[in-house]
Amino acid sequence: MLDSVDFTARIQEILDAHRGLEGPLLPILHAVQASFGHVPQEALPIIAKDLNISKAEAHGVMSFYHDFREKPAGRTVLKLCRAEACQAQGSDALAAEVQAKLGIDWHETTADGAVTLEPVFCLGLCACGPAALVGDTLVGRATAETLVANAKA
Amino acid sequence: MKIWVPLDSAAVALGADDVAAAIAAHGDVTLVRNGSRGMVWLEPLVEVEVGGVRHAFGQMTVADVAGLFGDLAAHPKALGPTEELEWMKGQTRLTFARVGVIDPLSLDDYRAHGGLEGLSRAQGMDKAGIVAEVTESGLRGRGGAGFPTGIKWKTVSDAPADQKYIVCNADEGDSATFADRMLMEGDPFTLIEGMMIAGLATGATKGYVYIRSEYPVAIRVMDAAVKIARDAGVLNAAFDMEIRVGAGAYVCGEETSLLNSLEGKRGVVRAKPPLPALEGFLGKPTVVNNVISLASVPVIMAKGAKHYKDFGLGRSRGTIPLQIAGNVKHGGLYEIAFGLTLGDIVDRIGGGTASGRPVKAVQVGGPLGAYHPRSDFGTPFGYEEFTGQNGLIGHAGLTIFDDSTDMLKMARFAMEFCAIESCGKCTPCRIGAVRGTETIDRIAKGDTSAIPLLKDLCSTMKSGSLCALGGFTPYPVLSALTHFPDDFNAAKEAAE
Repeated sequence: MLDSVDFTARIQEILDAHRGLEGPLLPILHAVQASFGHVPQEALPIIAKDLNISKAEAHGVMSFYHDFREKPAGRTVLKLCRAEACQAQGSDALAAEVQAKLGIDWHETTADGAVTLEPVFCLGLCACGPAALVGDTLVGRATAETLVANAKA
Repeated sequence: MKIWVPLDSAAVALGADDVAAAIAAHGDVTLVRNGSRGMVWLEPLVEVEVGGVRHAFGQMTVADVAGLFGDLAAHPKALGPTEELEWMKGQTRLTFARVGVIDPLSLDDYRAHGGLEGLSRAQGMDKAGIVAEVTESGLRGRGGAGFPTGIKWKTVSDAPADQKYIVCNADEGDSATFADRMLMEGDPFTLIEGMMIAGLATGATKGYVYIRSEYPVAIRVMDAAVKIARDAGVLNAAFDMEIRVGAGAYVCGEETSLLNSLEGKRGVVRAKPPLPALEGFLGKPTVVNNVISLASVPVIMAKGAKHYKDFGLGRSRGTIPLQIAGNVKHGGLYEIAFGLTLGDIVDRIGGGTASGRPVKAVQVGGPLGAYHPRSDFGTPFGYEEFTGQNGLIGHAGLTIFDDSTDMLKMARFAMEFCAIESCGKCTPCRIGAVRGTETIDRIAKGDTSAIPLLKDLCSTMKSGSLCALGGFTPYPVLSALTHFPDDFNAAKEAAE
């Protein structure tokens, strides 16, 4: 973690980059998460003050959306689609297999900090399910072996 | 030698990037990263120009690339000319005419294929004329609600305000739908043009495209397209736009939640009235339209309302991009006039299940759509026709399930999904969905006396929720219960 001066400066930099946007909070939170890998809670009072909203409001927005995380994730985030079209192609069995191989449940991170497993509801790959997102890589017709191998790589 | 390898997410998810890299490594080729032709089961589908005609090669792997530089006719993955394939020949591509054909990020290519013709005609008309043309075409909201686009535009056009907005709803969260994604990845300028025409028709000068974060490729392509259009002066001070990214909340596909999210608030549903058309983004008159609605406008303006309206049936005019998904042999996007029967879509076009087992159910319209049994297969694809079968067409996604599917489990999932994604505003949705999962669990354990309770709960959710999430979750639940009662009696029968 950056020391507090650098941290505040970095958040300020992000705020400045979003000056003039209409409804800037989501783009700001996305930028903070892209920069730190999560949205550090210490960032919220700085953002709130800058946008002239309450801390509670900033926290309320951040916690509403599945994408924003309070704590850092594992080195690779493995997202498995749980939606209907992937279920029709066996995504439940795939998820069970992946969970067994990684030894973790949804929203958990492996003990070595390598992989965080998360559900996702639709990647728009509904005609080539089951679908997954390994880090930034989209995967269609996913199998447990390759998903786990790629996520750990 | 000119070769096309799709940059479409589905193609990439099946290995298109590696295939493209292998082709580029051969040197001496003009490589175009196009959109997808929509035949997802054949992706990555590579096309090679032979004597001015594009030939298709399906399910390409890196190992198949070397063969493209030898005798093409003898290539094991050769499918023949792309346009001659059955899947392509059967379609009427109006909205998707350029998708898969052009280089998505070439404005020249776009113009050469009829791009900006609709805008140019609109520029010669007054606001009322454009609104009348869109109204006359019969175009209805393709996001699922089916509200006449022209009437929405008229409301915004007539509203006095110092600032108006065009907001494109690209939060395509419904399972089995990927038409918005394919359009944005394969022909982004069409959406930009549609939004500009909407701006001319209503007096709006600013546009936003709200794209879900689960669509990284679409975000990248749309971002690039907006920059290109701005640099070329197509987007300018008279109308400019921004791409905004969602944050993983399904409910933000609902227009008022989307507006709140765009304003930087929690994606909580707003009560209507006031209509977004009068008090939308930042309280100003706002057109909120789905990607496909807006992307259908350029062709309507270019070819005239009558051309578009002549396709379709009843009050469902024009074409609809069907998205055939799930356990299906030939899955993908198929644009055709409204009116095909459900059975025709599933059995003839989709080719039945991928597993080869009988089709048990088809969910039409995403997670909030009904599960249809084979006995509904005679239903023609249209808004009113599906309403008549206690269903909805939604965003025209179809998920096919084979006979190994447990429909009680699917009903439970619908409730679970609603509980996870509820914005929390309405009690029947927020708490009802949790109680719904618990009630279905009771039924699963053999307590069939809970079935009337489930029906009662569904009726409360249906009439007591502000938006479609709580209001339509009963569709998949009740249709599963009505059409597949055996799946809800299994535990009881086993116990007896």
